[in-house]
Amino acid sequence: MRAAYAGFLACACVVATAAAAGNAATARYVGVPGGTFESALRYEDRERATRVAPFAMMRTPVTNAQFLVFVRTHPEWRRDRVPRVFAESRYLAHWQGPTTLGANAMPDQPVTWVSWFAADAYCASIDARLPTWNEWEYVAAADERRRDARKDPAWRERILAWYSRPSNTALPRAGLQVPNAYGLQDVHGLVWEWTEDFASLLVSADNREQGDPDEKKFCGAGALSMNDRDNYAVLMRVAMLSSLEAGDATANLGFRCARSAP
Amino acid sequence: MTLPLLRHAVLATLCVIAFGASAATPATKPTGPLPTDSVYRLALPLTDSNGDKYDWNRLRGKPRVVAMFYTSCQYMCPLMIESGKAVERQLTPAQRARMGVVLVSLDPVRDTPAALRKTIEQRKVDATRWTLAAPAPADVRKVAGVLGVRYRALEGGDFNHTSALVLLDADGRILARTEQVGTTPDPAFVERVRESVGR
Repeated sequence: MRAAYAGFLACACVVATAAAAGNAATARYVGVPGGTFESALRYEDRERATRVAPFAMMRTPVTNAQFLVFVRTHPEWRRDRVPRVFAESRYLAHWQGPTTLGANAMPDQPVTWVSWFAADAYCASIDARLPTWNEWEYVAAADERRRDARKDPAWRERILAWYSRPSNTALPRAGLQVPNAYGLQDVHGLVWEWTEDFASLLVSADNREQGDPDEKKFCGAGALSMNDRDNYAVLMRVAMLSSLEAGDATANLGFRCARSAP
Repeated sequence: MTLPLLRHAVLATLCVIAFGASAATPATKPTGPLPTDSVYRLALPLTDSNGDKYDWNRLRGKPRVVAMFYTSCQYMCPLMIESGKAVERQLTPAQRARMGVVLVSLDPVRDTPAALRKTIEQRKVDATRWTLAAPAPADVRKVAGVLGVRYRALEGGDFNHTSALVLLDADGRILARTEQVGTTPDPAFVERVRESVGR
């Protein structure tokens, strides 16, 4: 059993390496057409709808196997070598060793326990970047059929059901869910994801303070509040991301990369 | 799902080393490898108000109070400069000479050396102790990340940002931070500054 698992692991790594190296790399990405949408957030400085330029986004979150390839080729990001200023002590702590996954980190599970700095470095290493918050919110509005399903109470219920799931159960593999209208998988229902500008979400993590932004903490106008308080998907993400520092890592937080359209 | 508020335990190792007082030619006395929790681990090329280019690890060697700002800011940023000055006023001249103040721009495109120099003149900042510098545009998120500064570029060119003053020891480890701005400095923060520069 152990040998079979080791073989599986080795195989997964080979696949990930090939994907990173060859033409398959482009298949990891889905092209997302540009457009405008109404953000669930209220931006004091933004009078018009939010505009998103065309971009490409990874079909699924980055997996343990993919991140292992990165760590092996960029040993400065091994958990035993990374400077503490870039990643807290729990960074990749669920891996068996600095360059081995082990039983608590299956190759096809999304990688978690990664800091923003590590996620940013991974994307940079493959000529990509983290998506912006606007890009994430734009694609996260979709369900399987519609690009904007946010007004549908059934869609909201499904997302709420995911948030109410206990967080101590093992993560499913990446890529099991039906793709959304853009062809992206696991935007909801698997892990939370870093965005490039997560630190731009200057809202209180406590939504009781809505409409009363702490002006002493956030200098200048433009603190955010919610336009659509029933949009749990956005509300929960914002609360979570706005509570994080760039070196933090958590059990449910992963990432995927994006590329601007050429 | 829980929303863990995670903060690093900051190791308050005081390393008091006094060097020359010129900020324009930062004291450079590397004393072995940087600590693993030093913000200077981030490779950060800066261009300062003199047009000099160097990595910010050249700021190593004395305690520094660091903040992020931008020169075109009408309201909060002048206040942040006043906050830095207010901290300095709580120190003796000898203590002031052992501490540096560093303002890192959030807006590198507009904060050219000339713009930074203009701020030094207008705000009557002592350039022998203060460093005003801009990183490369692609590095702004990273330096904000190591300093724990949150910001968003607003439509129209302003920035919304947290107004943190961060105290670094001589090796770039974060000793203290405050978001209390204005001419009355945070007493606990001032005390940490005094400890770091020595009595």
